Amino acid sequence: MAKRVGLEVSLACSEAVKLANVDVIAAYPITPQTHIVEHLSELVADGHLDAEFVPVESEHSAMSACVGSSAAGARTFTSSSAQGLALMHEILFIAPALRLPIVMAVANRSLSGPISIWNDHSDIMAERDIGWIQTFAENGQEVMDLTLHAFKVAEDHRVTLPMIVNLDGFILTHVIEPIEMPSQEEVDAYLPPFEPQQKLDIANPISMGLVGVPEVYTEARKAMLDALEKSYPVIKEHWDGFAQQFGRQYNPIETHHVDDADTVLVTMGSLGETAMTAVDEMRAAGRKVGQVRIRLWRPFPSGDFLDAISGAKTLVVMDRALSPGADSGPVATEIKSLIYATGGGPYVADFVAGLSGRDVTREDFKQMVDKAEAAAAAGDPMTFEMWGVKE
Amino acid sequence: MADEGMQSWKTLALGCAMTEPGTSRSFNTGDWRGRQRPVTDREKCIKCGACYILCPDMCYSPDTEAEEEGYWIWNGFYCKGCGICIAECPKDAIEWQDEKEEDKYGQACRT
Repeated sequence: MAKRVGLEVSLACSEAVKLANVDVIAAYPITPQTHIVEHLSELVADGHLDAEFVPVESEHSAMSACVGSSAAGARTFTSSSAQGLALMHEILFIAPALRLPIVMAVANRSLSGPISIWNDHSDIMAERDIGWIQTFAENGQEVMDLTLHAFKVAEDHRVTLPMIVNLDGFILTHVIEPIEMPSQEEVDAYLPPFEPQQKLDIANPISMGLVGVPEVYTEARKAMLDALEKSYPVIKEHWDGFAQQFGRQYNPIETHHVDDADTVLVTMGSLGETAMTAVDEMRAAGRKVGQVRIRLWRPFPSGDFLDAISGAKTLVVMDRALSPGADSGPVATEIKSLIYATGGGPYVADFVAGLSGRDVTREDFKQMVDKAEAAAAAGDPMTFEMWGVKE
Repeated sequence: MADEGMQSWKTLALGCAMTEPGTSRSFNTGDWRGRQRPVTDREKCIKCGACYILCPDMCYSPDTEAEEEGYWIWNGFYCKGCGICIAECPKDAIEWQDEKEEDKYGQACRT
């Protein structure tokens, strides 16, 4: 039976990895991911988890070791943040190209400089196009649940792709929350042992990671893209299965009061909970405000998103990373592009907020809504603003 | 782009893996060559095999069909036209010869 425990969210992530009974962990510690790998290292050293913990010399080596172990048919996990994730960069593209179902927790943190250890999404936005499935957690329970779900989806033979669970650094990683911890039996019922679809096997030799000359590269990328797009129904199916097993339902796009909303806040990650409270307070004051939370970032659930915002006149997008030189942050750029294809759609105001762990309060969200509604009413051109920058 | 050797994305193995051994033999690197090929003058050739040994691909092999044994035969399917055989031949028996585009994909060439 599941039991409710008070646990630091990083440790909940590690415990989920233990419950998933991984075979190999190759990781390098970096703030604010440190507690995740530290606890996994303890679990292995103390004999609670029968796995190889590979203490590599860098994140580049971590991801390389993960590629190797996953190719050899081992259930493989790693975790990183910011500069560490950036150091993995070139290998990150290789995992989905080779169709290796590695699972990674990314404790989201600002990329330097200036040097920052605090939370925003600039690390993962720089890895937007690596071809991994990517989800975002809002609280500790979701970190535990999405980690278990990630193994289930990644290893499904209809998918066979690597998957990232994003959790906000410090705001989630270093906070103790009440976590419903499933039993090993419950997890085993949901997540069967890893049966690789293809692996390096002396008895049945194959070559992985070969050159793709111009005559084959485009087709290889198309095949990978097709797999990523086709993962969408499987991601949903395994969330439905998760709800049956554990009683908590997740969706690619989560909605809050959107049905009659004129203005919809769009959030991704832990600040969605603050925004939700702000929405509740604005509702109590009689304002028709709703909220859309993007849980599945890649593949982007375009249809679900457009359905969720179909009644909105104004969207207030909160980006947590800059896209320097672009006309808005990465999330708003994506949404504007999506809405353009519909030939109409709401006014989109984009606010880049909460960079490097700067607080974004309920009051901030209310002011964003005020500002966006006024700009939409005035017919101002859609733009973006760095929220709260000191002039 | 000529679609020689191209394959539908739907038929590629998972992760573009190679599931059969020895497939580089069927990979045409000869079309990387320019409009010249190395041609051996067998009047000058002393059958030393330097062309075979020094070729960075696998263009030269024993010519089993020649009337006289010991000669090496060139295979245009693999030759990228690097010219190492020409530079290294101790008797200057190999020379560039112009070739037409349509002749480029030729198999073994006995001269």
